Amino acid sequence: MLERWRTTEVLLLGGSAGSFKLLFQIVKFLPANLDKTVIIVIHRKRNFFSEIEKLFAENSRMLLREIEDKDILNKNTIYIAPANYHTLIEKDGYFSLDVSEAVWYSKPSIDVTFESAAEIYKERCMAILLSGANQDGAAGMLKLREAGAVTIAQHPADAEMDEMPAAAINIDAAAYILRTDEIFKLLQTQ
Amino acid sequence: MSDTAVIITSAQITELIDLVKRVHGFDFSGYTKASLKRRVVRIMQLKKLEFYDLKHILVNDQHFFQNFLEEITVNVTEMFRDPSFYKALDLQVMPYLSTYQHAKIWCAGCSTGEEVYSLAILLREAGLSKKSFIYGTDINTEVLKEARKGIYSLRSIKSYAENYQFTGLKGSISDNFTILYDAASIHNELKQNTLFSVHNLVSDDVFNEFQLISCRNVFIYFETELQERILELFYKSLCPLGYLCLGSKETIRSDAFKKKFKVINQKENIYQKIGA
Repeated sequence: MLERWRTTEVLLLGGSAGSFKLLFQIVKFLPANLDKTVIIVIHRKRNFFSEIEKLFAENSRMLLREIEDKDILNKNTIYIAPANYHTLIEKDGYFSLDVSEAVWYSKPSIDVTFESAAEIYKERCMAILLSGANQDGAAGMLKLREAGAVTIAQHPADAEMDEMPAAAINIDAAAYILRTDEIFKLLQTQ
Repeated sequence: MSDTAVIITSAQITELIDLVKRVHGFDFSGYTKASLKRRVVRIMQLKKLEFYDLKHILVNDQHFFQNFLEEITVNVTEMFRDPSFYKALDLQVMPYLSTYQHAKIWCAGCSTGEEVYSLAILLREAGLSKKSFIYGTDINTEVLKEARKGIYSLRSIKSYAENYQFTGLKGSISDNFTILYDAASIHNELKQNTLFSVHNLVSDDVFNEFQLISCRNVFIYFETELQERILELFYKSLCPLGYLCLGSKETIRSDAFKKKFKVINQKENIYQKIGA
């Protein structure tokens, strides 16, 4: 797994209820010269202009931006999926947005971005699915795993809401189940 | 939901685009492929079709094609989506529109009309109902029928109520509707100055001159090259100093068009035509 982390180009992080604190810690933890693209999909409500980007940006050593349509995926940058859109990845390495129906009552949906990443980046990506109170992300993790990506579920015992990582584990979409401290150990490997 | 059962390749998408262009004259080659692919998979799942079935029925059944068109284009829309945009429009664009004896507005890619009626409400609140007219256009005839009716489910109106509140407009969104059981019908006074008709941004040309064009969350489905072609169409369709509104995550990136449009509101992507 450590070897795969070294060669990973895109790190995908999916989270919902109860994942904010850990995502914040991860954002704070990642080094400026990570040499990877990081994409965060976190469920949130439309209209409640969240301070997530601001808070994350102030605490991140990497560049951080909320995704806009046709943004190019750059290394050493953390991208956050905007509220009320799905985020897709195109073949030529840029994002496109989509306002179609919510998936698992969620827009952004983790499934949508993960499935899209599976098609384009295949074994070059690694995904970590964190706490959440619905089943979004499980199907996307399965697609990623089938495409040869490394898929990790947060250990349900460590997740504030265990339904989301458990759903991925139940359909055998997670190649690894990691405790929170193990996630950090992995991410600090150079 | 997941699409585990249906797998479709990029080559098949290209094949489908060619077929639709040849048989029906609609050109989807400039659409973003990831989204297009999701839509095709969705249709195949809904209709329980294999890829060769889909091709067969697309060639042989004209009625199915209308249905296909409806499903392939995303018709999800809201009234007062992005309330802060409507606030900005009210503050920064309405005063300009009021200087015209008659203001023409084009809502491009209007789907089932929610945005047209949101604009109609905003214009009324600015005292401009009598001197403005909104043209709503879409590629899809079926959604335009819905737009003309202006009847929405009570449930969706309730979900727009929060948006409305955030715009700071007075009263409540339901003041603009007649409610009968679970349907909400937009007041006639708001329908009066609207016209809905078919227009394909990919292939159709300038049809009028406008003081304001709103085309929100349409560009996200187009590749950059097609976006620029349509920006040119909008440029030609705007009067000097006319305004262009894009979706809140859609920006003008090309240097050529940055020279032709001045940024009025960076966050809401409101632009003004400058130059020639």
